[in-house]
Amino acid sequence: MAKRIDISGLSAFYGNHKAIEDISMTVEPRSVTAFIGPSGCGKSTFLRTLNRMHEVTPGGRVEGKVLLDDENLYASNVDPVTVRRTVGMVFQRPNPFPTMSIFDNVAAGLRLNGSYRKSELNDVVEKSLRGANLWNEVKDRLNKPGSGLSGGQQQRLCIARAIAVEPQVLLMDEPCSALDPISTLAIEDLIGELKERFTIVIVTHNMQQAARVSDRTAFFNLAAVGKPGRLIEIDETERIFSNPSVQATEDYISGRFG
Amino acid sequence: MASTTPIDTPPAPPAPPDRKERPKSTGRAGDKVFVGLSRGSGILLLVLMASIAVFLSYRAAIAISKDEGNFLTTFDWNPAGDPPVFGIAVLLFGTVVSSIIAMVIAVPIAVGIALFISHYAPRKLAAPIAYVVDLLAAVPSIVYGIWGALVLVPYLEGLNLWLDQFFGWTYIFEKTEVGVARSLFTVGVLLAIMILPIVTSVSREVFLQVPKMNEEAALALGATRWEVIRLSVLPFGRSGIISASMLGLGRALGETMAVATVLSPSFIISLHVLNPGGGTFAQNIAAKFGEADEFGRDALIASGLVLFVLTLLVNGAARLIIARRKEYSGANA
Repeated sequence: MAKRIDISGLSAFYGNHKAIEDISMTVEPRSVTAFIGPSGCGKSTFLRTLNRMHEVTPGGRVEGKVLLDDENLYASNVDPVTVRRTVGMVFQRPNPFPTMSIFDNVAAGLRLNGSYRKSELNDVVEKSLRGANLWNEVKDRLNKPGSGLSGGQQQRLCIARAIAVEPQVLLMDEPCSALDPISTLAIEDLIGELKERFTIVIVTHNMQQAARVSDRTAFFNLAAVGKPGRLIEIDETERIFSNPSVQATEDYISGRFG
Repeated sequence: MASTTPIDTPPAPPAPPDRKERPKSTGRAGDKVFVGLSRGSGILLLVLMASIAVFLSYRAAIAISKDEGNFLTTFDWNPAGDPPVFGIAVLLFGTVVSSIIAMVIAVPIAVGIALFISHYAPRKLAAPIAYVVDLLAAVPSIVYGIWGALVLVPYLEGLNLWLDQFFGWTYIFEKTEVGVARSLFTVGVLLAIMILPIVTSVSREVFLQVPKMNEEAALALGATRWEVIRLSVLPFGRSGIISASMLGLGRALGETMAVATVLSPSFIISLHVLNPGGGTFAQNIAAKFGEADEFGRDALIASGLVLFVLTLLVNGAARLIIARRKEYSGANA
């Protein structure tokens, strides 16, 4: 179900501009890895290279290797569409399909992957909505548009949609930055439950959040303005927040810059 | 600053505009002038519409009251005769049928072109193609008419034969009369070409406005490019496509010179759209207005009024369709 990600020598470009440089790290399965760092240091870009979404941006280009267990996502014979079916993603702003009902939103990914019987779909939709802690709130209005839910509910709907296809990895790009504290808490609890089943990578600007939800934390920074972002260090979250091995990390988490 | 809020709290953002309660003007001269100007323009528009409607209805009433035939069902147009007999049945039929043909041909092609420009074509190619499509709109309709009569009509004869041979069983494409292709079908094809640019460019604009996050939602689920279009772009653009089509339909319904140049008019109704003959409101008015007497003109104005109402109905229907889909539209994303 959950797979390990091994990244080696990864750089990403926008046209001629190098956004991140030479990143190597390992993301453990069934755990939460948080990416922190100042704005513009390439965390989100890096996250988007893990499901080949970076190259969707015009001029986007990637060098290096991303191994999912032993399969290189950037091998020439790998179809990015298949990669994205294995590595799910949740975005900064909740983005349910506005024209679709709650049910259809959750079922969308399954319907892309093949045809299902109605009863199967019902089961998966219920299971995914339960998995996203949303079932009790929406079970009576599955046929209402997903865009009618509150922001926090919409984000959980997006999580339900992402986990409905049973991905190996779940990438979350600042999933709570558009939400209020209560909805944020709901999502954080959910992340704690989801890590039993998935490999989770989360980008966050909120260091308390990183400390609360993650097992391991990676700190990214720019060498200088205009230079590409790099991985400074990755370690157990506890260690990063108590006794990091690099001075820049300590400066950042103690609020001295960023 | 007697309130308890901190001093550097910015003023509360203005409430979202509410149609019922607009903020009162502050009373500065510029405000007053601008309010006067914009209100005046709004009223002017209403007065214009009302006076057009009054003018059309008044003249039409005169004509219809003296019509010895049935204005709605008579297949003839002879207001100068004794007794005067004229009816709009043929014109209504011809207008609607040729516009439907134009829509059926143009809308899918236009949506295809728009999707190609907005989502498939490499950036370097997209701009020139969009420009060429827009250029189609700059061709005057009389030029389309001449081109239609000299090039399209002879060219379509082969297609007509083919349609007759393989789709004649549908009745619609059965060609029962010999003759050049100066038919409602040809008019429909010509109208399709003429409305293609407007439908294309409006659809393209809508497709380009699809929020990136909606497309990424589909991409991240493992959607192919076509699936992204099906899941995100088309649902978002749906009401835009409808509006675009209605704009095109409006042009097709009212198109005059091109139709008048291509069609060989006759006062018959036939579902055999390949047969020459038929007529449309605008074409009939253009052909007869010059030589008509005062009463003849009133009769033509009466037919113009029907076209006016028809266009209003089409627009109203379009708005209904769009409004009914609002809850599901991308507007609240």
